[in-house]
Amino acid sequence: MDIEKVQEEIVDEFGLFDDWMDKYNYLIELSKSLPVIDEKHKKPEYLIEGCQSRVWLHAGMDDGKVVYTADSDAVITKGIIALLIRVLSDRKPDEIIDNDLWFIDRIGLKENLSPTRSNGLVSMIKQMKLYALAYKVKSEKPNDDGKTG
Amino acid sequence: MEFNIDIIREDFPILKSTVHNRRLAYLDNAATTQKPVSVIESMDRVYRETNSNIHRGVHYLSDLTTRQYEDARETVRRFINARHDHEIIFTGGTTSGINLAAFSLGEKYVNKDDEIIISALEHHANIVPWQMLCERKKARLRIIPINDDGELITAEYEKLFSDRTRLVSLTHVANSIGTVNPVREMIAFAHERGVPVIIDGAQAVQHGKVDVQDLDADMYIFSGHKMYGPTGIGVLYGKESLLEDIPPYQTGGEMVDQVTFEKTTFNRLPFKFEAGTPNYIGAIGLGAALEYLEKTGLEEIAAYEKDLLEYATRRLSSVRGLHIFGNARNKISVISFVLEDIHPYDAGMVIDKFGIAVRTGTHCAQPVMDRFGIRGTIRASMAMYNTREEVDRLCEAIEKVKEMFG
Repeated sequence: MDIEKVQEEIVDEFGLFDDWMDKYNYLIELSKSLPVIDEKHKKPEYLIEGCQSRVWLHAGMDDGKVVYTADSDAVITKGIIALLIRVLSDRKPDEIIDNDLWFIDRIGLKENLSPTRSNGLVSMIKQMKLYALAYKVKSEKPNDDGKTG
Repeated sequence: MEFNIDIIREDFPILKSTVHNRRLAYLDNAATTQKPVSVIESMDRVYRETNSNIHRGVHYLSDLTTRQYEDARETVRRFINARHDHEIIFTGGTTSGINLAAFSLGEKYVNKDDEIIISALEHHANIVPWQMLCERKKARLRIIPINDDGELITAEYEKLFSDRTRLVSLTHVANSIGTVNPVREMIAFAHERGVPVIIDGAQAVQHGKVDVQDLDADMYIFSGHKMYGPTGIGVLYGKESLLEDIPPYQTGGEMVDQVTFEKTTFNRLPFKFEAGTPNYIGAIGLGAALEYLEKTGLEEIAAYEKDLLEYATRRLSSVRGLHIFGNARNKISVISFVLEDIHPYDAGMVIDKFGIAVRTGTHCAQPVMDRFGIRGTIRASMAMYNTREEVDRLCEAIEKVKEMFG
């Protein structure tokens, strides 16, 4: 399923909830579904530090696709990360870099996008895209013997 | 005058607003306070009727606005009982005031290997400017530690003094946990050793009477917006002799006397420290805020807030799994707490939906959080217009948080 489709799917899911409490409860549920990050990746170098909550984000490459794992000390943040991973993980770098993530606004969590709130979901998304970019550059790099292709 | 909470609440238009379909309960007053009608109208009136740049023109409006600006300075002088008008410097706020102090005092008094004392209760605005000064001058910061209740350990303070101690900079009241420091005694101790003391009064001036002569503070710095006045305006009070002795901070128009390309001489106090067009609208608004506080009565406000703090402390303490940080014997109406196993951010998100504004996080005072080994707190900070009913609503919201995340 492409990124657009997954975002539409998430918007539909959240459309079922009328009030904030159900949305938050759903995020709490989602937080439990977030795949556990490998303990060795829960280190300072993978930390996105903010005033409000902390997020550890790791990216690996598997068969040409970027695979993210993450964790947070705050549950709601963790729920939102679970959504981000659902949208962006296991995709080719180009797909990740080029796409606009409009679903967060649409599911009524726009306040999470403000630049200083949480540790900015903004910086989280930026970091995910940076990883994708790094893997893209790496895969296009010349081989060790210096010859391209 | 009798303290009537209903009348006071009527004076603050924003308190009638709704947030997420509920009546706003604004409990983030340590960050900034709401404004009474008299403050809003005083500034509106200037823009509508008399606006003109001050200390410049000879024309009618300039003269009128200049007088209002200087009247506001006199109001500030009276409010904190400074000896002279020209000891009142208008700044952009507490942060810019402390930066002025750190620069100008630093230039004059601090050299290599000298020492500056601050406390473990400071917010970043009273840490970073001194750190920068120390880097510039190769001087050292010494930190007064706190005990488990969040009080400064005065015996340790006294031990920090050496013959290299040049300055002390202390917060009067801690923004993160509400501790009121015994600054009067601490200033006296420093003065016995000939060391000047700068007090950050940002969290103190709105909660009770402050008399700078009685405290004998060498500088006393605060913000307008935390005391029911506008943003972008603050005050640096300094003793005349000290202000005369130190160099200006920012340079430009108004603060100069004679400018030639060979040499510039500086204007007299207070203009020496007010470069450029000052925020005169803000100063006039601040004057109105102080008049509002005086009219309401600082003692009455202090008594009301003390009662509210006691009520809130009692109510919140009875919540299972809730831990309050900062149990100083002398504190103002700030309660900083954590809920067992629940992240402050998660709690804050839910509390917000109840129309209640609280702060979560480190409150720009990371060293305080480090001292207690926590990542942040939920902070309810109360002002004169808050009520017991709002505290009850906070407790209800907390119960909901526990239900959702527990």
